[in-house]
Amino acid sequence: MLNATDIELSIGKAPILHNVEFQAQSGQLTAIVGPNGSGKTTLLKAMTGDLPYKGIVTLDGTDVQAIPAPSLAARRAVLPQAAGLAFPFTVLEVVRLGLTAGLGAQDSSLPQRALAHVGLAGYEGRLYHALSGGEQQRCQLARVLVQVWEPTRNGKASWLFLDEPVSALDIGHQLEVMTIARRFADAGGGVIAVMHDLNLTSMFADSILLMNSGRTVVQGNAQTVLSDEYLSRAYGCRVRVNVAPLHIQDAPYILPHMADLI
Amino acid sequence: MAIIEAGIPFPPRQAGDRSAQAMAVLVLCAVLLLVMIIASLTVGASGTSLLQSLFAWASGEPIGLREKVILFDIRAPRTLLGALVGASLAVSGAVMQGLFRNPLADPGLVGVSAGAGLGAIMAIVLGGMLPPAFAVLTGMYTVPIAAFAGGWLSTILLYRVATRKGRTSVAVMLLAGIALGALTGAIAGVMVYMADDNQLRDLTFWGLGSLAGATWTKLFVAGPLIVLALATTPFLARGLDALTLGEATAGHLGIPVQRMKNVAILTVAGATGAAVAVSGGIGFVGIVVPHLLRLSIGPSHRYLLPISALLGAAFLLGADMISRTIVAPSELPIGIVTATIGGPFFLYVLLRNRGLLDM
Repeated sequence: MLNATDIELSIGKAPILHNVEFQAQSGQLTAIVGPNGSGKTTLLKAMTGDLPYKGIVTLDGTDVQAIPAPSLAARRAVLPQAAGLAFPFTVLEVVRLGLTAGLGAQDSSLPQRALAHVGLAGYEGRLYHALSGGEQQRCQLARVLVQVWEPTRNGKASWLFLDEPVSALDIGHQLEVMTIARRFADAGGGVIAVMHDLNLTSMFADSILLMNSGRTVVQGNAQTVLSDEYLSRAYGCRVRVNVAPLHIQDAPYILPHMADLI
Repeated sequence: MAIIEAGIPFPPRQAGDRSAQAMAVLVLCAVLLLVMIIASLTVGASGTSLLQSLFAWASGEPIGLREKVILFDIRAPRTLLGALVGASLAVSGAVMQGLFRNPLADPGLVGVSAGAGLGAIMAIVLGGMLPPAFAVLTGMYTVPIAAFAGGWLSTILLYRVATRKGRTSVAVMLLAGIALGALTGAIAGVMVYMADDNQLRDLTFWGLGSLAGATWTKLFVAGPLIVLALATTPFLARGLDALTLGEATAGHLGIPVQRMKNVAILTVAGATGAAVAVSGGIGFVGIVVPHLLRLSIGPSHRYLLPISALLGAAFLLGADMISRTIVAPSELPIGIVTATIGGPFFLYVLLRNRGLLDM
């Protein structure tokens, strides 16, 4: 279980996060949603240790800052929003960077399996630079998957932190990537994803944190969080939540109203 | 690619895996270095057939005193020093490019060599003013250590100035390098002004950028520092590869980023400082060698760093042979040879990477 308590964070003098509380269970996919600038990515970066914060982030009861970098890397992988590359590595070489991170013996066929998983089989020999934005995103996802290939290891959950994993993808690949994340969670791993698309979030997330202006609006399941009232408040526009007619789980789906902004 | 063009069949074990290719280039460069070492021992202005003497000596036959002196007192230290300096220049270029995440970083271009040079100059000039007891204490190590300190300070300064939030601005890096070069040049000028005649001779000799002054003593002074710096590189390889993805991601991959960066900076400073201390300002090796290698084996530092050392050593021995034969019996400073090759090459790299400057 990942627990973030009382997170405060400022960049320069500008306060970004105010007393944010956040929980994510292993075996679940937990989404962080909210409007632009609401602090979603900043919260994720605080939890990954990229930005200094006040408050406590624990992983299975241990303060993450007290876990040595190599053992943390063996249990938790982070997919950044965009990843440029300084030198012309091939796709295979990029994915292999994940292979060396985890502790213990690793199967050298993992990179190829991970690439097949994200729909990039046969791309091994291509230069990363020559890929499209969406392909680069999936290549990075393969690297991240290689790093924590087993959703649970020695009885402990592995964690995936994904910062807008589907932002550059077409709908087919969005579903593919979300399904990978979903399966990882179903197999006992923990997934935390910063999301923009509320409908995808509704379809795949077990728990949703809704943020606005660096504060928690509400955290709960889709039926609770994705309501007309909460969403209108957080996003500053009127939305109507319906129930997907073809969806077996009665997941809410969201339609924005045209015009009359509040 | 180079291997395939050379006609050696190379079935790729796995698409995108260039390690077999890299191993082949490694062997090729090792052989090249060996050839260059033998050539460097035997080619020169003396006119005698030293190759025969060398083989005679190797098979246990007696050789003449003149040949012995030329081979072991002049050529051998020069060859070994040339190989070590070439290796350290190429490796410090490759490490610096990995650290700054940019193929245009080079100790000579961004003022690190100038900083190391200033350290050496200050040691030569100010060292003469120190109490004799102190001079005895540090002895012949003063100049290389001062050069190392100068290189280290300028690398740190440069990194601090050019890198913000884990991103290095190339424009800032190059401009800061110019500022650093101007400042060190000014201080160096003051030092020259303060120097006495004897020191002036030392400075001039040193400033030409030459391996001509190579002695066993210089080798023993600079050698350990260079070997130490080169010995760190296997531990840097994985970290520099991960750093390609950015500092944050390298950290998430389990790399102790700050420690790795400190070691990389010390490595650059040690290798550059020692090289500059014994050979003056020899430019462009650090740009040319790693860049050529990346074209053939890819950017993975696991192979790039050791092969850069081999190719850099071979390259500098080749340049040294040109420098001492082209106007024989006189000598052209080796810095002129490397700059003649490296200058146009750098322009070519710059033009190909023009987009990087907009970062």
